[in-house]
Amino acid sequence: MLSTLLYSVAAPLAAHPGLLNTARKTSFWNDLWQKFGTMFVGIAAFLAVVGLILFLADRAPKRSRDVWQLIAFVAPGLILLGIGLIYPALRTGYQAFTDGKDNFVGVDNFVWIFTSGEMLVSLLNTLIWVLCVPFFATAIGLTYAVFIDKSRGEKALKSLVFMPMAISFVGAGIIWSFMYAYRSKGFAQTGLLNQILVWIGLEPVQFLNTPPWNTFFLIVVLIWIQTGFAMVVLSASIKAIPTEQVEAARLDGASGWQVFRNVTIPGIRGSLVVVITTISIATLKVFDIVKTMTSGNNKTSVIALDMYDQAFRFGEVGHGAALALILFIMVLPVVIYNVRVMRKQREIR
Amino acid sequence: MASVTYDKATRLYPNTPRPAVDSLDLDIADGEFLVLVGPSGCGKSTSLRMLAGLEEVNGGRILIGDKDVTDIAPKDRDIAMVFQNYALYPHMTVAENMGFALKIAGVGKEERAARVLEAAKLLDLEDYLARKPKALSGGQRQRVAMGRAIVRQPQVFLMDEPLSNLDAKLRVQTRTQIASLQRRLGVTTVYVTHDQTEALTMGDRIAVLKDGILQQVGTPRQLLDAPQNVFVAGFIGSPAMNLFPADVTEDGVMFGTALLATPRETLAKVTGTSVTIGVRPEDIEISPIEGKGLQVQVDLVEELGADGYLYGHSEVEGKRTDIVARVDGRDHPNAGETVYVHPVESHVHLFNTESGERINPAAGH
Repeated sequence: MLSTLLYSVAAPLAAHPGLLNTARKTSFWNDLWQKFGTMFVGIAAFLAVVGLILFLADRAPKRSRDVWQLIAFVAPGLILLGIGLIYPALRTGYQAFTDGKDNFVGVDNFVWIFTSGEMLVSLLNTLIWVLCVPFFATAIGLTYAVFIDKSRGEKALKSLVFMPMAISFVGAGIIWSFMYAYRSKGFAQTGLLNQILVWIGLEPVQFLNTPPWNTFFLIVVLIWIQTGFAMVVLSASIKAIPTEQVEAARLDGASGWQVFRNVTIPGIRGSLVVVITTISIATLKVFDIVKTMTSGNNKTSVIALDMYDQAFRFGEVGHGAALALILFIMVLPVVIYNVRVMRKQREIR
Repeated sequence: MASVTYDKATRLYPNTPRPAVDSLDLDIADGEFLVLVGPSGCGKSTSLRMLAGLEEVNGGRILIGDKDVTDIAPKDRDIAMVFQNYALYPHMTVAENMGFALKIAGVGKEERAARVLEAAKLLDLEDYLARKPKALSGGQRQRVAMGRAIVRQPQVFLMDEPLSNLDAKLRVQTRTQIASLQRRLGVTTVYVTHDQTEALTMGDRIAVLKDGILQQVGTPRQLLDAPQNVFVAGFIGSPAMNLFPADVTEDGVMFGTALLATPRETLAKVTGTSVTIGVRPEDIEISPIEGKGLQVQVDLVEELGADGYLYGHSEVEGKRTDIVARVDGRDHPNAGETVYVHPVESHVHLFNTESGERINPAAGH
């Protein structure tokens, strides 16, 4: 790890030797060594503390040794979890009922959300997102997985659909902005979709400016990304169904569709739930795609984007916190359902 | 009910030099219990799966009754199969598992329940109808798999090593249950196993396969008394038949120092100067007195109650040859002693050393 770190620092230097004069170079290296020195001292101190804790845990009285060892190993994780997750969560929960300057305002923030037209549009949009993306991504992914199963070139076909998973939401947003790009009639079109429309003799369309359809055009982007995930997980799960079960069903007289409904679907039920809930959670949190493609203009905003805008652009921390809380409450049932199904599935197997 | 006919049925997997099943000719009568037996990789399971429609037939035909089913989908063949790992549907209860085929066939709910209950009674599964397969023991799962086949009242039962996942005791018990159930229902059954004991105890007739080629078909008695070649002779019977080379003279075959008189027609079929001689352990007589026969050094005697099996070795053509013989449980030679063995002459099997084919007529056949 250290060598890659050194390399990433040294490589640009080697590539542009002329950029730095000798004096700056010397001070740079001094600086670097100083920083590394601090780092090594830090690492050494860390190891010493860990060593000491483990040593003490090992030397703890025999009767309570297990407990002490448990504490020694669990405590660092718990502390980080507390600082990074639990405290901010509690603080957000508290801020949702303030004006952001520690003045308690009751449920005013929530009243504002549910009475402001813009926020209601965001809530509705989020609902549309969370209904569309998991459904279509899973349905398309499952259909694809079933049809390419055991076909020739299965791996290549899978890679094609899985590849968008590797693209960040921001990257995907930019790519699709180009796909949807619009120029007035008579000008050369730069967007693929509008060019196609022009080719077949139609007028170019402002895809991202016309509500309510623009939200669906944004949704397509996330479906494009998530289908690969659904396909890969479901494909693996389909392969895990014993061949004999499918053969038995065929001998029992089931048609292809009946085998799919009575053997395949029940066999991959657990994975289906995991896929749908995982995509649902990702969808509820969607932010980057909307931010990069429309910035929430033309009624395309979603809760996560409003939360960011309110808290960090408009300085309305109270509003932002309240939106965060609503988002949390929306995610919660999905997570609970997921956990319950997983537990039930374990009982069957 | 129907008969089953394999007519030169062949299965050749792509990119393999030799067919997995090579022009199999087999007639199975209506209501018969036929066992396909052979070592692993002999093509017995493939043969069964060809009949089920789960495996392509590359040559020849397969008929169920008078109907050519070679290119018919499994679901239209009216057969039921019991898989080695049972292949129960894990998300369905026992009743749903057994009734699934009927449900697909569009049988009404009440008739379905009645038929499932009937089969469940037959198999002692009434108390488990509401359970999922997960909550059943291995033996119960096996019975559910049987039940699923019975409920359908098919033309033919196919069973692919249905007992191999059970423990030894349960296997013996279930083996008789399946055989008697089959006889009661009278449904034509094709049963695959690698266990020759299972084959001998269950089958009306047994078909022995090796390397995709049918070696012999016959009743258990026929296979024991008149094996057609060395492979069948060595494969069927437990403990296995003693097989070793023996010299041929003008008058007969030498068994150690004893001459076994052999008809001319038999000797005419010998190529070279020796034959392979086969004697089952139960067809060997033992005498402690030096005389005519094969000199055998006793290594071990296995006590099995009424009987015992004597394991010994002898020198045949300069090579150490193991000999097994059945002896009386109470009165037998002990390890370390030297005895002389002689076959019951009417139960000696002679095989051509080169081709492995039987050359002498079998007693009573």
